[in-house]
Amino acid sequence: MNLIYPEFEVARNTERCTKCGICVKQCPNGVHALKVDPTTGEQKLAADDSRCVDCQHCVVFCPVRALKIVKSGNVYRENAYWAQKTINEIHLQAEHSGVLLSSMGSPEPYPVYFDRILLNASQVTNPPIDPLREPMETRVSLGAKPKTIERDPAGRIVNNLGPQIELSLPVMFSAMSYGSISLNAHESLARAAEELGIMYNAGEGGLHESLYKYGRNTIVQVASGRFGVHPDYLNCGAAIEIKMGQGAKPGIGGHLPGTKIGADISRTRMIPEGTDAISPAPHHDIYSIEDLRQLVFSLKEATDYQKPVIVKIAAVHNAAAIASGIARSGADIIAIDGFRGGTGAAPTRIRDHVGIPIELALASVDQRLREEGIRDSVSLVVGGGIRSSADVVKAVALGADSVYIGTAALVALGCRLCRNCHAGRCAWGIATQDPELVKRLNPNTGYKRLVNLVRGWQHEIQEMMGGMGINAIESLRGNRLMLRGIGLNERELEILGIKHAGE
Amino acid sequence: MRIVADNLDSMKLNQRIRKASGSVLIDRCFGQRYIGSGSKDKKITIYGTPGNALGSYLDGATIIVHGNGQDMIGDTMNSGEIVIHGNAGDGLGYAMRGGMIFVRGSAGCRAGIHMKQYQDQKPALVIGGKAGSFLGEYMAGGMIIVLGLGIEDAPVGDFTGTGMHGGCIYIRTNRELAGLPAQVHSEIAAWEDKQEILPLLLRFGAHFGCDGRALADDRYYLLKPNTARPYAQLYTKN
Repeated sequence: MNLIYPEFEVARNTERCTKCGICVKQCPNGVHALKVDPTTGEQKLAADDSRCVDCQHCVVFCPVRALKIVKSGNVYRENAYWAQKTINEIHLQAEHSGVLLSSMGSPEPYPVYFDRILLNASQVTNPPIDPLREPMETRVSLGAKPKTIERDPAGRIVNNLGPQIELSLPVMFSAMSYGSISLNAHESLARAAEELGIMYNAGEGGLHESLYKYGRNTIVQVASGRFGVHPDYLNCGAAIEIKMGQGAKPGIGGHLPGTKIGADISRTRMIPEGTDAISPAPHHDIYSIEDLRQLVFSLKEATDYQKPVIVKIAAVHNAAAIASGIARSGADIIAIDGFRGGTGAAPTRIRDHVGIPIELALASVDQRLREEGIRDSVSLVVGGGIRSSADVVKAVALGADSVYIGTAALVALGCRLCRNCHAGRCAWGIATQDPELVKRLNPNTGYKRLVNLVRGWQHEIQEMMGGMGINAIESLRGNRLMLRGIGLNERELEILGIKHAGE
Repeated sequence: MRIVADNLDSMKLNQRIRKASGSVLIDRCFGQRYIGSGSKDKKITIYGTPGNALGSYLDGATIIVHGNGQDMIGDTMNSGEIVIHGNAGDGLGYAMRGGMIFVRGSAGCRAGIHMKQYQDQKPALVIGGKAGSFLGEYMAGGMIIVLGLGIEDAPVGDFTGTGMHGGCIYIRTNRELAGLPAQVHSEIAAWEDKQEILPLLLRFGAHFGCDGRALADDRYYLLKPNTARPYAQLYTKN
């Protein structure tokens, strides 16, 4: 007996329904079933609402639009303190014990600062620029920038620029491992990154052999479990990212359950089939910035100083001080992941209660690095909640060199944010390793959808820049005069380093 | 090729090692880090004390140290061999996936942590003396042997094998091993079990001039994980 009434209800329009049975085949959770009425002998489509996760796959694929998923509407007695969700979660734990596990970024109603920041535009003086007629530069290069100009004895400038990664626009696909998402999803991201001239991040689960050819557009990751890390892997990518933390679960590591470690993932992660892949939160060799420096330089040594090293942390309370340390560790790029960042699985309580919004972390990190005169020693990449080109522009104006997008990219591939990745039965073929489901995501169409999305964003970014009278994204970086807060208090404005609208 | 390391900084020393082919002999090594990082096909012999992250990501090369090693020797090693004629620091063989490490003396904390195996890659870590706490923590594969040579008390520290979910640890001692974590199953190694480690003992003996075969006659604890999925029961889907 299930003590919790289903959250969703399958609303079937029986006048439209032709009983074709496509919904039965489409649903990986077994919601729909074709049944024969024992008395009349008539065929009938039945639905088990308790299995429905509202992934919308049957809705999209019903050829006669006979399906809708609606809230079940069953309500507990109203209580401003004890929400229905809270009560249900207690029932779940009372029944099964254990740590509550959720997927994707926190859906909780915390303030969204991106939505309380407005952009500027030029009027009359300093006229706007039309990106359709004038060149508009969105290219960025990430990596440490030299502090001084060096010259040889003959007075010629010496190239003292360290390794960089070049992006056609300041957007990259953030780290999602093979294991948390499918190979077809990975291939879609890799091919899109190549076509767009940006990077995708392979995450901590190693790199599938079929994707090595996209190495120039790949960021390879090294996490505490070191899955699939070996010299050829490190040398294959355009940059190496050390994963210290993740916005969805700061202070928590990753456990890919053994049930998801099939033959192919086993080969890529280089661990036996069926064993848990455990990446604990701490790197057991890193207890200080000096220790971090050691890992940064051991990776640089292993790749002959040809690759920029990124250190990725979750946005937490002391992000500014931590970033200051990282900037001195020899890392070339700092990636900060905000608390809205997605995940294939995270403890619910951690996801919803730990970490801080990326907007505030970014503003304080950029400010701190500037104050200390080390802003150019590193590039800043932010992720965890970037939903649109407007968020990208605001992030850049707050001080980011580039953003990472994860959830938005998965949505482009079909995801409807049903937040059930941890179940491993993603109907869209993204967060699953079931071969039948993975087949549903065709990389040929998947990569095109990603390219479409990012090209659309690029044009929007150019429009917004043009409106501000800015023709190179580098001139927008940290240009907080282009931002105004709306409905923010003085302290929030101070941390964001922006004025209020009307000022 | 012989390189006198003396005051060379790590970066310069490693550049010279990378450029060299075949055998490299490093003399008067004074703590230079990352020696042999990612190296595939060299034989590096070191006199003195190499610094941290010696042989990290090692991929087939051989490193022999006539002296002590420091922290993070063989970090994420893929294949090859590291032989230390002295003691080793913390984090020895972190996440190593292949190859062999032999230490004549003792190792610091967290030796063999995250060690894993894969197909025919089965790493081995042999420590002649004593290992510090957290030996084989999160171990997912491979083999660790602690010989406790010349050690009176228990040759391992606390929390041995915490979170272990693969591989095995052999500990040579006549004492009782107490306080092992719940994830670890321990028993006294049978004759057949000891045959598994005999080749490594012989190799240890050959490296350091002792009778490896005789070591196999002694009493060993054999530690194995209770489950390959230590966290399977931890979560409730929300």
